[in-house]
Amino acid sequence: MAELDTSGGGKHKGGKIRSKKASTRVDLTAMVDLAFLLITFFMYTTTLNKPKAMDLAMPDNSQPKSNIVIAASRSMTILLGSHNKLEWYMGEAGKSAPTVDGYGKDGIRKALIENAKHVADTHNADEKLMEVLIKPSDKSTYQNLVAILDEMSITGIHIYAIVKILPIERDDLIKNKIY
Amino acid sequence: MTAMCDVAFLLLTFFILTAKPKVDDPSHAEVPPSSNMTPVADQNMMTVSVGRDKFFYSVTEQDVRAGALKAMGDKYGVKFTPEESKRFELTQVFGVPMKNLKSFLDTPPDDLKNFTQAGIPADTTNNNELFNWIYTSRQAEKGLHNKDLQMSIKADSREVYPQINIVISCLEKQKLFKFDLITTLKTAPKK
Repeated sequence: MAELDTSGGGKHKGGKIRSKKASTRVDLTAMVDLAFLLITFFMYTTTLNKPKAMDLAMPDNSQPKSNIVIAASRSMTILLGSHNKLEWYMGEAGKSAPTVDGYGKDGIRKALIENAKHVADTHNADEKLMEVLIKPSDKSTYQNLVAILDEMSITGIHIYAIVKILPIERDDLIKNKIY
Repeated sequence: MTAMCDVAFLLLTFFILTAKPKVDDPSHAEVPPSSNMTPVADQNMMTVSVGRDKFFYSVTEQDVRAGALKAMGDKYGVKFTPEESKRFELTQVFGVPMKNLKSFLDTPPDDLKNFTQAGIPADTTNNNELFNWIYTSRQAEKGLHNKDLQMSIKADSREVYPQINIVISCLEKQKLFKFDLITTLKTAPKK
């Protein structure tokens, strides 16, 4: 079936009768079989889907004096709870009732975009960026953390930090049954 | 037939050239998806993997591995033979406490599947083994290549935050505030 014909070519029209050439038809079947076997092997062993790296910068805590003051009116706090739920509030803890929300397009992303717009509308030009504090509780997972950091890059929020959760905020998560 | 043969060899060449063998990761961490597109670097990387509440450690450079092992041996009073050091250089990911590391490196490669890696001990104090592994390999990298290691954390999606926080605080105590979280590309849009 698979062979390579390399024996001369054309018909011998008259001419002299030369010594008969040996047929040099090479059987390719085995080689093709081997090639496909190797392809299969390499396809299974390669990792085409390379892992991605997400940049994360933590606040420098080596100098305890460098506490940055954040205006309450333009800060948003996100508390990561259990069961893939979170809650968020604007301003200071305990002053405004937190909203329980989910992750993704219809959950926190809407709230982030709306709040960022609200902050931009109500502040002067030099301080119209919203600041987000991410507070993961002990019951939240790594997936939740990655998801919320991903939302930051999707919604284009440049000022955010991962901060330790306060006891009062944890109590609120317990009250809302997501801890 | 000839065309098929040509295509087969073309594909074969492509796969051979792009091939990079899968690293056997004992942490079995399934990383969460994100929309991030930056690929992970191949060089000068240090990765702490977290899976099933255990910590695993890996450095891409072999000479840095050897340097870190020597420094760790001095610190914890364990002497490693040249063979053990060689074995360690070729071990890409490991998660064994210092007291078991010698027996881990003496286990023949065929039996390694049955060797349960207990994970590197770590807590939030200033002197745990994970902290020291990171510290010694950073020193080794600085001494050998005069470069800084890029840190990254690779954790399973279901890993709870306190475990991640242990790794982060280990890095923070070394004044490392910038590192990577390893994710995979989001395949299907989330509901």
